[in-house]
Amino acid sequence: MDDILKEFLTESLEGLDLLDTKFVMLEQNPDDRDTLASIFRAVHTIKGTCGFLGFGHLEKLTHAGENLLSLLRDGKLKFTQEIASALLNMLDAVRTMLGEVERTGGDGEESYPGLIETLNRLKEGGNAPPTAPPVAPPTLAPDISQNSVADGIFLDAASSTPDLLPPLPPAPKTAPTSQALPDNLFFFSEPEPPASETSPPPPEPIARAAPAVPISDPVPAERSSAPPSGGTLTPIAESSIRVDVPLLDKLMNLVGELVLARNQILEYSVLQENSPLLAASQRLNLITSELQEGIMRTRMQPIHNIWSKFPRVVRDLSVSCGKQVRVEMEGKETELDKSLIEAMKDPLTHLIRNAIDHGVELPAIRRANGKPEEGRLSMRAYHEGGQVHIEIGDDGAGINPGKLRNKALEKGLITPERATTMSDQDIRRLIFLPGFSTAEKITNISGRGVGMDVVKTNIEKIGGVIDLESELGHGTTFKIRIPLTLAIVPALIITTGKERFAIPQVNLLELIRVNEEQRNTAIEYVHSNPVYRLRGKLLPIVHLNRELRLTTASTSSVINIVVLQAGQHQFGLVVDQINDTQEIVVKPLDKVLQDIPVFAGATIMGDGRVALILDVLGIAQQAKVLSDTHDPSLSAQLRAGRTRTAERQTLLLVRSPGNSRLAIPLGPVSRLEEIPMDQVETAGEVDVVQYRGQILPLIHLRDILAERRSFNRLSASEGSGGSADLLQVIVFGDSTCQVGLIVDEILDIIQDVFEIKGRSTRTGVSSTLVIQGRVTELFDVESFLRRVAPLLASVEEV
Amino acid sequence: MADQHQLCTFFLEQRFFGIEVEKVQEVIRYQVITPVPLAPSVVRGLINLRGQIVTAIDLRRLLQVSDRTDERLPINIVIQTPRQGIFSLLVDRIGDVLEVDEESFEHPPDTLDGIARELIRGAYKLQGRLLLVLNVEKLFSPEILNRGHEVAST
Repeated sequence: MDDILKEFLTESLEGLDLLDTKFVMLEQNPDDRDTLASIFRAVHTIKGTCGFLGFGHLEKLTHAGENLLSLLRDGKLKFTQEIASALLNMLDAVRTMLGEVERTGGDGEESYPGLIETLNRLKEGGNAPPTAPPVAPPTLAPDISQNSVADGIFLDAASSTPDLLPPLPPAPKTAPTSQALPDNLFFFSEPEPPASETSPPPPEPIARAAPAVPISDPVPAERSSAPPSGGTLTPIAESSIRVDVPLLDKLMNLVGELVLARNQILEYSVLQENSPLLAASQRLNLITSELQEGIMRTRMQPIHNIWSKFPRVVRDLSVSCGKQVRVEMEGKETELDKSLIEAMKDPLTHLIRNAIDHGVELPAIRRANGKPEEGRLSMRAYHEGGQVHIEIGDDGAGINPGKLRNKALEKGLITPERATTMSDQDIRRLIFLPGFSTAEKITNISGRGVGMDVVKTNIEKIGGVIDLESELGHGTTFKIRIPLTLAIVPALIITTGKERFAIPQVNLLELIRVNEEQRNTAIEYVHSNPVYRLRGKLLPIVHLNRELRLTTASTSSVINIVVLQAGQHQFGLVVDQINDTQEIVVKPLDKVLQDIPVFAGATIMGDGRVALILDVLGIAQQAKVLSDTHDPSLSAQLRAGRTRTAERQTLLLVRSPGNSRLAIPLGPVSRLEEIPMDQVETAGEVDVVQYRGQILPLIHLRDILAERRSFNRLSASEGSGGSADLLQVIVFGDSTCQVGLIVDEILDIIQDVFEIKGRSTRTGVSSTLVIQGRVTELFDVESFLRRVAPLLASVEEV
Repeated sequence: MADQHQLCTFFLEQRFFGIEVEKVQEVIRYQVITPVPLAPSVVRGLINLRGQIVTAIDLRRLLQVSDRTDERLPINIVIQTPRQGIFSLLVDRIGDVLEVDEESFEHPPDTLDGIARELIRGAYKLQGRLLLVLNVEKLFSPEILNRGHEVAST
């Protein structure tokens, strides 16, 4: 794509975003000529460039819009909601066409005749007599008529005095006359419409900005005052230039490297007694820090960049839900990393949709509850503690914990016992579970059950945390904390098993050092799980060396506990040594290592060695901290844990011929016996022993496993292991029908979850497992019993 | 010229191996390795290659040759392929870059099995010895690494 086209696309798309904001502003203040004029100019510029570049369809559409806008600007036409909707639809169409241009280089086949006609009709409508609205043209674009229907419904539902206001016909309206204004106009009412004194008070404007925080124009003034020049584009401002994001990313990487080199030099210079070197390295330190900050700032963008789209989202949504919502924004200049901004867009949009769809009640209900009919949606952003805090709140119905509890029980997400013990706050957090939706009816906006869990996952993916506060009847606020940037993070360096690991400071709560005297009593056990009493509460303890299967060499006299936050949970991580905090550059692990959940990446330390970065959530999951009972958000894992318990088996470990190991499921085993050699008798072809008043046939394990050999007489194949005169016998079956299996040696009884690793290697073996680090064959009891059945019969005959 | 190949050669004990020279980015002496707990045992750990973190694979463990007992440190052969990215192969000793004739190439015998069959592409019959060529594309895949791990633990 050539440069002119690229430039055109960037400029136009930016212009469109700006227009969205301006239209919403205009709705609040329809007489604002300046805003109108700047909208006109922006559309005119796009139109002019389209003509220049030969995009016919695009030009036609923007031309129609421009004509309408020019009448508005000159005051010949009154700005109405219908006009606003049509113009916003035009913006969407232009956006679609620009997308087409970006993909194909042409503006596509769609020429939007319906939309153009609507625009033209609206233009004419301004002059039409108010009492005789023209009949809707048959070719009216469906989206437009739909919009009008929605408007009608909205009026009906939103009006404070429905008895005085007959439902509007769904037919498209012309621009209302000034008489009709107070009734039809609820968005664009002038601050004090004189008519409203006599007529029932119109519903409050929906998207009126809070007086304190107007939704202002984010672009420097030069732009809006730029002369409408057909085709030539003026730069946004002389003081800024466009930079490719990949270039910024590269600079960011380089600065990361520089930070590492700086750390290395600092470490060396401290060891040297060379004061000029020390001074130089200190200066390097300062400059690097400043450079790092500067480069990081280039990637920082105000959160306004995504927030600016929300007033329109709110407007469209509240219209279609029949609700009235006012947006309040605070701290929209709060900056965060560009990649994070992108990542936050979808979760925030989702939260806002939820707030309007489920949070804010219908005006009638609000009035009945003594609240203003107009709902409030507040968005707050601020920096605190090296993190960005974002809050999305509404003053709606709030979340009813009782209702949630029932829903969760109904869906089997919690057990009835847990439902009674969970706090209301924990219950509210259930909404973050997958597949959880309390919406009584599914709307086309939200409530399909995919949602909050995705929001949570997306936020956690960028290292953020989400929580909520809700008061029944007073609203819900979602609180999000995300890191400023992802590439360079402050981290605590610890040592375990002689290796250093970095723990991101975001997860860090506090450090505990247990003295020598308390060493033996500090860590207590609930059943077999270690806990520590932290200010009267039991904190689960995880030993890092055990989780990583490292041997701890240090026999230090103190215990170091790092208290960490993993999602909603806290746990203590026992490490050998706590070193210091450092800014580390996060580097991803190779894909062959990404299956290991406990590491988030790696970094290079000051001495040039590599250290692994711990994934606190991953450790918590591996150590099963998260699946204990007070965790609402991971009941899925609980369930997984439960099925795992079901698979727990108890196995009898024996030495099989050839010194290999064989595991026998303990289920069908009735007893283990030691039988003296000399008690063994012979009955027909089979060795037997008198056992508890019965004749117990004896089968040697090696005869079962070695396919080629027939069932040899025991005397011919004497047991090699154990005591020579005592036979180790495993008795299978019940009191009526038993058989004894002679093994060389019984090694152990183990209980665990076993994963089948390999298929059967020979007859008599059902599969192969790894137990205690050794390959072990699993004895096939069923086929064994089947095979010995004829023997049992023959014994009975004897 | 088309049937001539350049191979970067190296040793594991007395075994003589080669890798296409185009796939070798560099050969560096032993670097401090940071072990990765819970990783397959053939992954010896991570090394710092001028600011880039590179995974080091122990070829002995991969080919199920017992770990070396002497004190000598292994050499890193840093390999880069478009598909697998960059990784380092730990070998005992580095040899010369040899030019080999395609005519002397032969596929491995049927008796070669297990993981070695997948990793050894064939042998060049040099004078007095065989030069085994590794299949670089397969060396650095999670599937192979995990398999090496399992066998190693028996």
